[in-house]
Amino acid sequence: MEHQYEVVIVGAGGAGLMAALHASRGAKTAVLSKLYPVRSHTGTAQGGVGAALGSEEEDRPEWHTFDTVKGSDYLGDQDAIEFMCQQAVSTVYELEHMGLPFNRTPQGKIAQRRFGGHTNNETRKPVRRACYAADRTGHMILQTLYQQCIKEEVTFFDEFQVLDLIVQDGVTCGVVAVELLTGELHVFHAKAVIFATGGWGRVWEITSNAHSYTADGCAISMRRGIPAEDMEFFQFHPTGIYRMGILITEGVRGEGGVLLNDGGERFMERYAPTAKDLASRDVVSRAMYLEMRDGRGINGKRFLHLDVRPETVNKYAQQDGRTFPDGSPYQLSASDVLAKLPDIIDFCRTYMDVDPLTQPMPVQPTAHYAMGGIPTDVHGRVLIDEKNTVMPGLYAAGECACVSVHGANRLGTNSLLDIVVFGKESGLQAAEYAAQCDYIPLPKEPDADVRQRLDKLFKGKGSEKAATLRREMQEVMFADVGVFRTEEGMQEALEKVRELKQRFAGVRVGDSGKVFNTDVLEAWELGCLLDIAEVTTASALARKESRGAHAREDYPERDDDNWMKHSLAFLEPEGISLRYKPVTVTRFKPMKRVY
Amino acid sequence: MQVKLRICRYNPETDQRPHYEDYTLEAEPNDQVLDLLNQVKWYQDGTLSYRRSCGHGICGSDAMRINGVNRLACKVLVKDVGTKITVEPLLGLPVIKDLIVDMEPFFEHYRAVMPYFVNDEPPPEGERPQTPEQRARFDDTTKCILCAACTTSCPSFWASGEYVGPAAMVQAHRFIFDSRDRAAAERLQILNDRMGVWRCHDIFNCTDACPREIEVTKALGELKVAISTGKVE
Repeated sequence: MEHQYEVVIVGAGGAGLMAALHASRGAKTAVLSKLYPVRSHTGTAQGGVGAALGSEEEDRPEWHTFDTVKGSDYLGDQDAIEFMCQQAVSTVYELEHMGLPFNRTPQGKIAQRRFGGHTNNETRKPVRRACYAADRTGHMILQTLYQQCIKEEVTFFDEFQVLDLIVQDGVTCGVVAVELLTGELHVFHAKAVIFATGGWGRVWEITSNAHSYTADGCAISMRRGIPAEDMEFFQFHPTGIYRMGILITEGVRGEGGVLLNDGGERFMERYAPTAKDLASRDVVSRAMYLEMRDGRGINGKRFLHLDVRPETVNKYAQQDGRTFPDGSPYQLSASDVLAKLPDIIDFCRTYMDVDPLTQPMPVQPTAHYAMGGIPTDVHGRVLIDEKNTVMPGLYAAGECACVSVHGANRLGTNSLLDIVVFGKESGLQAAEYAAQCDYIPLPKEPDADVRQRLDKLFKGKGSEKAATLRREMQEVMFADVGVFRTEEGMQEALEKVRELKQRFAGVRVGDSGKVFNTDVLEAWELGCLLDIAEVTTASALARKESRGAHAREDYPERDDDNWMKHSLAFLEPEGISLRYKPVTVTRFKPMKRVY
Repeated sequence: MQVKLRICRYNPETDQRPHYEDYTLEAEPNDQVLDLLNQVKWYQDGTLSYRRSCGHGICGSDAMRINGVNRLACKVLVKDVGTKITVEPLLGLPVIKDLIVDMEPFFEHYRAVMPYFVNDEPPPEGERPQTPEQRARFDDTTKCILCAACTTSCPSFWASGEYVGPAAMVQAHRFIFDSRDRAAAERLQILNDRMGVWRCHDIFNCTDACPREIEVTKALGELKVAISTGKVE
């Protein structure tokens, strides 16, 4: 079946819905999502959205900008970061005007809490910049945006999974999607396409990410010749629930929680004397890895304790001399913890039989967020080479995109900010573009490639199970392309991933039906994950330095002379080819990064 | 430990009617029921179909009947339900395939209650002020993830699919009691109907079913009071 929309948005998380609200005011728009929109992964974001509102103490967008540049380990593009941090304030108020139920200060303003890496640039002390709705800020953003889309009668195609991008003579002209209910392929003829398809934590064994976080958009665009930028930078969040990877928000540490090793030592004091437990995520994850490697995990195992028991919090708050905005000593009670972190308490009780009010939580670093992705400019326009050539009609926003505002390491609260700021911008830009151009005629049989790919999965020789290959990929990537990396380990991982890609040809799915054939789609998603695992490893292997989330034991220092540049990986028949482009520096010269 | 998993199966392309199939699995006490379904799908029978995404009780994809009660498969652990586990699709919505039901009737009711913020007064430059107490008034109903566990556990909904159901009313409650919203009267008028709030008979199945521990019956009670008194307090 064929459809025609001026703007087609792929993905209905925060970025896709924000794009939809703004694009649909100026263009005939449709949103395609493989899930019901309210199931999107934005809903799992917990701690807050960053904006220098200054509700509770002095703050400025310029400080937010510098903190983000520093957090990115100077790999973020400073013009894009400045744009995001300046837009943050009005965009958060826009969300509030849409009804988003932020927590409130006693004066009735949007409440804000501390988060890692966000500081008062003059005192260097943590600043309250994360605007939050309990510990379900992402849930409230997703719900609020979806509600507004209903109000504005946005057109949705729910449970339509996009499998290809249609390009004619270098110009975007639509997508191919499968309708889950019928198994039928649909062609969406479009003037502009916005990818807002999220990340790919499912490449790794321990992850906070949804089962559906499988890199679809990034893999599809790579297969159409578009590069992927800075793929070696994938964030490992310090505090995932042991063995399950479920996220425990950094807001726990923002409220005063601390990380403890087997000896009960608050070890972050040794690694980050000023920011301590609120150092940047890469710094904390590395410290945890080193503690566990040196035998100081709890009972010698691969986890540490995150302690938010009021007596612990109050003890360390007193040692740190932490105060409330009015100057009185900081105090946290059990009821404060319950009010500010209800979902965290629920997770721990449900999955671990641990009550955070009376027991510390067992945590380990968990694969969490893709800093890299489809290269775009600040307007969400996709860039196809190192000269920043724009691909007409193609846009990307949110986690699947690399603007780059997160560089080598993202600060907490900046992902929710990214999706709303760049979701909006790409929606506005796509609608404007669509108003100025005509539909490009579709190529003949635009769904031929998709049919061929699916056919292979139905007719493979059946020597392999997709689940087995997925597990092997996740294990090798977690072991060798994780928090710390070496030449040898990554080389092995690359060979393993290439072997898995070959074995993937032997997969035959067990379900040959049409209706809700999730078996074939899971196998197709594994194909995406394998492409991304290969690109990630090849990009990481080439980068001979340590920067942000890319930490190499064999190259422990940052090397600005040779490596202050973005990598662009191209998927080619003979393998991955890498090119590079410069980082945009405006005001902040690289400095050593100390927390 | 060994777990016996009985799953209600239905393939519209080959089956006349639903039937049960049994699977034996090795499991840990802390495994989610979703992990068990994945084990079956990935290693025993790829045709088994169900929805899932986040895997930790937030996205609301995997609501189903587990040992007779509505639960999220990712929020129920083997140790909570024992080693004999029966999994069936939600009641009251048409089954499409295996554990997948047609969610459209559910979302239709949702859309009917104006589930969005309404305030046409020009907004201030900053936020619309709201005190922590005003914010707390509707906190409970902001937690809803639209998983449909409540609505499909309600005997009134089983009796008539025209009943708007508890989930949609939880959404209405979230806006009616928000001090910033201006459409409470319109929503209450929609709910003041034979197939609206008056179809609720305080059975409490919804409250028991809610994986987010929302006090659903209480919220519906507050809607009844608001309609009866004409006051939103």
